[in-house]
Order: sequence, then structure tokens, then C-alpha cells
Amino acid sequence: MTEALDPRALLDALFILVLAAFVGYEVVSKVPTMLHTPLMSGANAIHGVIVVGAMLVAATADEPLRVILALVAVLLGTINVVGGFVVTDRMLEMFRKRPDASRDR
Amino acid sequence: MSTLQVLTFLVYLISGATFILALKFLSSPRTARTGNLLGAGGMGLVIVWTLATTTGMLEHRWIIIIAGGVGAVVGVLGARRVPMTAMPQMVAIFNGAGGGGAAVVALSEFLSSVKVEGAGTLLPVIPMIATLLGAVIGGVSLTGSIVAFGKLQGLIPARPVSYPGQRIIAALLLGGLVVMGIVLVLVTNNVPLFLIFVAVALVTGVALVIPIGGADMPVVISLLNSYTGIAVAATGYVLGNYALLIAGTLVGASGAILTQLMCKAMNRSIFNVLFGAFGTGGGVTVAAAEGEQTAREISADDAAVLMAYGKKVIIVPGYGMAVAQAQQPVRELMDLLVARGVDVEFAIHPVAGRMPGHMNVLLAEANVPYDRLKEMDEINDDFANADVALVIGANDVTNPSARSDQSSPIYGMPILNVDKAQNVIVLKRSMASGFAGIPNPLYAEPQTAMLFGDAKKSVEALVSGVKTA
Repeated sequence: MTEALDPRALLDALFILVLAAFVGYEVVSKVPTMLHTPLMSGANAIHGVIVVGAMLVAATADEPLRVILALVAVLLGTINVVGGFVVTDRMLEMFRKRPDASRDR
Repeated sequence: MSTLQVLTFLVYLISGATFILALKFLSSPRTARTGNLLGAGGMGLVIVWTLATTTGMLEHRWIIIIAGGVGAVVGVLGARRVPMTAMPQMVAIFNGAGGGGAAVVALSEFLSSVKVEGAGTLLPVIPMIATLLGAVIGGVSLTGSIVAFGKLQGLIPARPVSYPGQRIIAALLLGGLVVMGIVLVLVTNNVPLFLIFVAVALVTGVALVIPIGGADMPVVISLLNSYTGIAVAATGYVLGNYALLIAGTLVGASGAILTQLMCKAMNRSIFNVLFGAFGTGGGVTVAAAEGEQTAREISADDAAVLMAYGKKVIIVPGYGMAVAQAQQPVRELMDLLVARGVDVEFAIHPVAGRMPGHMNVLLAEANVPYDRLKEMDEINDDFANADVALVIGANDVTNPSARSDQSSPIYGMPILNVDKAQNVIVLKRSMASGFAGIPNPLYAEPQTAMLFGDAKKSVEALVSGVKTA
């Protein structure tokens, strides 16, 4: 927690938090229904960034319990990131392949 | 600040920007795939950078890579192997993994801070609040997602499970969390109390999702997705890590608005979804009482003739099509009808299936051309011109009582005006009511005929019927 203790750092983080919330809100406010699921799935992959936090904790962990916890978090985070992006791509791939060939058959 | 730290901040900035662009691109069909790849690229960058540059990483690098490698293999296998019909629960389980990750990181941070500060010393208030938020929201998201997965996968009854005093229990759990949180922040940083706090959070996740019916799971998953984002942001705040902070907040906010959009598509409020428990008690009895409503049956061949000699056929797919994996035969049926000069379109209700967009994905998988898929508003007036509306495993989204019956639990939900078509053919396994547990008066209408059986077999029978017609 030490890094976040400096009041200036806490304020900076607060600024980022509030501005990012507005960006997140604005950026998806007009989405066609059929993209709701892929968008949810893509956003789901993005919060897998927790894996970075888990790696940082694992790197600085000084006792076995914390190392184990951090590794569990790395495992879960990677499942989230990799699975999330791959499954989203799989959904979107299906939208992409719509050559007119199938239409004439 | 060392050069390395400056570069790390720049990497966080770049990845944060790619995440924003990814969400933006994912909002439009043309750019969606690029958006996803862009997000994955930004994520790859920040992960590789962290692994390569973090001091202290040397000692644990290999076990971290192994843990990550195992996670990656599990993720790829899960994402690739799973049939497209099971995709909603896959999103739920990946979301649960992220929530669990955030909770575990928060737990680990709490343990280390208590150790550094010494037992009995209060930790600084703001980071402590953020730690608790990360742990509690991550925990709720973990178990809530697991329950959502179980319901969609059929491991847990998909019906709304009600238990006596469920609102009181939910209120007690939430109240308990708030009280324990206040005590942990202001009175004592007691480790056992923190562990109880986390355990209660896990129970709360189950208690909140169990009462909700399977039909509402998309909204729940979207909400839990937003929760995980918030948990990740809170954890990022604790760690002072901008990558987590930005990505978590983005997902928290965009997940919230997406949840709202989904609720709007069903004309319900989020409160109603979470606590309204559709189809509990009253709804089920009504379904049982009116279960014997009379319906006309039709043979596959007769139905095929109606369609083959019609001018316009509108197909209404629903979850039944997904379960039966009937999308390929449906495409075949469409091809045959189109070859005979019939105008075939698909009417996609915003919440057909178990996820918005579920039907689009399945039909696209079966190579149904994009421009034949029409959204509800676009096609609703066309039903009046349709010779046949073919309803494949959809129920609640075609229920006319949503339009007319004020006492119906789904009153006010926009529906497809299937009943306006000259003939309605409903493919259904039995007369059982839909997910919401509400009877559908459509089936008793004179223009409606039922074709009972597994959707895939029924559609195949229609295909051979059209061939010989």
C-alpha cells in the first residue's frame, strides 16, 4: 500500500478514476443490440488486467502465503484475459464471414 | 523517478488508450474485431512489460510464467472448445476468474499491510477502504458468476430459486458487510475479521444471484462484469497502479451502462431484475393453472407447404434453437425457401436467447446473411404482411400478454408482433411455459399451430417437407 499513501498520488489516482468513468460511460452509450454480447465479453477481457497487479504482488511477495495467493491471482487473471479475448474474437469472427456466396445458394 | 518508471507509466498510458479504443471499436459491427485485437495487443504489451521489467521479478519469474501459462491454456481451451450456445456461461466464468483474482490480490495486500504496520495499528483509511471494496466486490463477482454459470449450464435449476425471507437475508448480508467494513476501517485491522468479511462477501454473491431466473442471466452477467471492473479499479487504487485503475474503471462504467441498455431492451429496471424474481411463486402457479390451454397441432409437411407457397416468411429464433443446435438446418430451410422465391427474414428480439446478440452470432455461424437479420423495431410492422411467422424455440419474447395484460409479470416488455402474421407456426418441445414461467396466450390463437418436438428435428422435417412440396 505504500505507493498510494502520498496524498498527491491519491488525488492523481482519483482524477484518473473519475475521468475514466466518464470515458467508459460515453464510449459505449450507442451500441446496436447485436453487439451487446461481444462488447460485454471484450470488456470482460479488459478487466483481466488484474493479472498485472497479481504479477506485481507476486514479484514483491516476501512470504510463502503471499506468493501462493499472488500465483492464484495470476492464474485466475490469465484465464480471464486469454479466455476473454479469444471468446470475443470467436464471436466476432462469425459476424465477419458473411460472403455473399451463402446468399445465392 | 527512474527512466524505467517513466517508461512504465508510458506503457500504462498506451495500454489505457488501446482499451478505450477497443471499447469504442467494439461498439460498431465494422470495427468490432479490430477493437478486440487492439485491446488484446494493449493487454499483451502491459503484461510483457511488467514481466520483463519489474524489479524483484527475477526470483519468482518462472513460477509466475508457469501460473500464467496454465491460465492461458485453460482460457484458450475454454474459449475454443465450448460450443457457441454455451458462450454466455463462458463469459460468466471468465468474469468470475477476474473477480476472484481481484479479491485475492486485495486479500494479499491486506495481509502484507497488517504485517508491515504491526498488529493493532490502523491502516490509512483511504487505501483500506479501497482494499475492502476490491475484496468484497471481487468476492461477490466470483461466486455470483459461478452461480450464473451453473444456472446457464443447467447445473443449478435455472428457475428462480426462492427461499423464505430471501430479501431479509440479502439485507442482513449486505448490512453485515457494511458494519464489518466500518469496523475494519475505523476500529481494528483484525485479520480473522477480514477473512470473515471476505467469506460473507462470497455468500452474498450466491444469495444475490440464486433467486434470479435464467432468463435474466444476461443482465446479471453484465452487472457482475461491471462489478469486477470496479473491484479491479479498487485494487489498482490500492497498488497505485494506473493500468489497473484505468482499465477497471472503464469496464466498471461501460458495464454499468451496458447493463442499463439491456434492461431498457426488456423495459425493466435493474432493481426489478435483481429483486423482482420473475416467475417465483405467483407466476409458476398461474402457469400450472393455465397449462391446459388448447392449442392446434400441425404436421411438419403441412407447415412446410404453408411456407413453400407463401410470399413472405419471418423466422423468429429463440433459445430453443440454440439448445437444439438447429441453426444449420434453419439456414438450409432459408436457402430452400429463397430458392423458391419466398422472401425470408429473421426477426431478432433484443433479448432472444440468453444474451443480446446470441441469435445473431448463432445464425452468422450458420452463414445466414447479415442483411436478413432484422431487429425488432425494424421488422415489427412487417408481421402483418407475412404469410407465415415461424417461431423456433422462442416464447416470452412473442407473448402478446406483454402488450395487453397489465397483470402479467412481463407487461410492458416490447415483444415481436408474431400474432399479426396470417399463420403462426410454433416449434416447441412441449406446452411448458418459457423461462419466465408465464403462459403464452399466443398458442391458443386461431392462426397459431404447434409443431412439437426437438427444434432441430422439426426444422429438418420442415426442410424435407419443403423439398417435396
